[in-house]
Amino acid sequence: MAENVWIVGIHMTKFGKHPELDTLDLGAQAARGALADAGLRMRDVGVLAAGNLMNAAAGFGQQLQKQIGQTGIPVFNVANACATGATALRVAIMAVRAGETDTGLAVGVEKLSGAGLLAGGRRVAGGDTWAPQGRFGAVAALDGRIGTETMPGVFAQIGMEYDHKYGGADFELFARISEKNHAHSTLNPLASYQKRFTLEQIMGDVMIAYPNTRPMCSANCDGGAAAVVVSESKLRTLPLEQQRRAVKISASVLTSDPWQEACQVLPDVNTLTRHAAEQAYEQAGVGPDDLDLVELHDCFATAELVHYDNLKLCPPGGAVDLFNSGATWRDGSIPVNVSGGLESKGHPVSATGIANIWEVATHLRGEAGDRQIAGAQVGLAHVIGLGSACAVHILEKAAA
Amino acid sequence: MSASVPLVDYLVLGGDPHLTAHECTACGARFFDRRNACAACEGERFRQVDVPTDGELRAFTIVSFAAPGVPVPFVAGVVDCGGTSVRANVVNTPADPQHVRVGMKLRLTTVPVGRDADGVEAVGFGFEPAS
Repeated sequence: MAENVWIVGIHMTKFGKHPELDTLDLGAQAARGALADAGLRMRDVGVLAAGNLMNAAAGFGQQLQKQIGQTGIPVFNVANACATGATALRVAIMAVRAGETDTGLAVGVEKLSGAGLLAGGRRVAGGDTWAPQGRFGAVAALDGRIGTETMPGVFAQIGMEYDHKYGGADFELFARISEKNHAHSTLNPLASYQKRFTLEQIMGDVMIAYPNTRPMCSANCDGGAAAVVVSESKLRTLPLEQQRRAVKISASVLTSDPWQEACQVLPDVNTLTRHAAEQAYEQAGVGPDDLDLVELHDCFATAELVHYDNLKLCPPGGAVDLFNSGATWRDGSIPVNVSGGLESKGHPVSATGIANIWEVATHLRGEAGDRQIAGAQVGLAHVIGLGSACAVHILEKAAA
Repeated sequence: MSASVPLVDYLVLGGDPHLTAHECTACGARFFDRRNACAACEGERFRQVDVPTDGELRAFTIVSFAAPGVPVPFVAGVVDCGGTSVRANVVNTPADPQHVRVGMKLRLTTVPVGRDADGVEAVGFGFEPAS
């Protein structure tokens, strides 16, 4: 049985607009913050896993080393859509668990302020004559002609599909999910937006892809996050104060899409999340009822609903009832996205998968300030990268 | 009349327009794009099958904000055609939630895309309300 792996240092930069900082500055801030939090230096680290989707082929990890310390350790540059940060963390955890090193550093950074739509085919003037291209033999761009490739539109359909299957979800319900997350972010000083919206404001805002209006979509912003993980035997060599603040990684799972009939037509974010959750609960030896808080991938309000079900926070088909019960508000029985979620805290894609872990870890350490979930012992962090990759981590507070 | 070409190679034009799929001969999984092997069972043989033109809307969105050059609003959705899921726009109905709802019955129709320099018309498809 491999040793347990612990988070001993973790840091998230302020999410928002950072015009004066570039990707490397944000990455250095996150990485050095995590190292300082751990009381360690780069010379203590045996592996670096790094993600930055906008420059995925640029060797971001090596560029980052030049800002924080070039020690000659192996670097894994990872890209896994919106699960990139969580994938970097997963790589560091795997290296420690495999015994290749006792200390790993994972970093995710993105600069997305003002980026607009991140997918969707731009229409360009075609050639003089129709010529079939690509794997569908298409003679013209398909976005807008055969469905939509935009993320708000894809995730809108995922929410509407849940309504078709189980009923009870409508525009207002999805808007109320967004109302919750924006309300939560008012207590989070690191969130991009800390503004409470009324339900009427959310429903009356600019429609992007029905039923998702603008505040129901994740906020493009700049940000970075990083984590230092160590083996249990390394942990026992660290000062007692570090051991006391350490957070146990009880489960670390990464899945991709198993084949499903419709997954070639509309991305299936459900099956791989259910599989990841099942494996994570099994690994950790805990169940959904044991969770004190959950940070899940609310890239759109429509997505949050389906993940209540996928993460088994409710019985199958019970997501609408769960939300209507108030359970997922911060004073409910299973608080979800007390950070404000991607809709309000923001979604600098490669940072998100570590930032969610930072949020949960900060509550487990009892250091979440005004938004602290009292007595938090166990938490779950979930991200989805469309295509798809799903990461689920379950974290536990150190025993005394 | 001048010739026409389908927007995608899985649309068959003519008197009875319909979609076709590559169906795995081993497990029956269907794909609209060409595949090297079956994603469901790793089978290597496919046959062409016709997809029913009647279906039910299983999910939709009304896109109001899209990439430059894409006319909005439009209705994008997933249509269940006798067990085969099809990505398509819902057409010939107003793009608002009063006229589009999950579960509505739809049928395939063709949609003009435009003509090229030789006068050849590209023809796409969409699904319209069946009644």
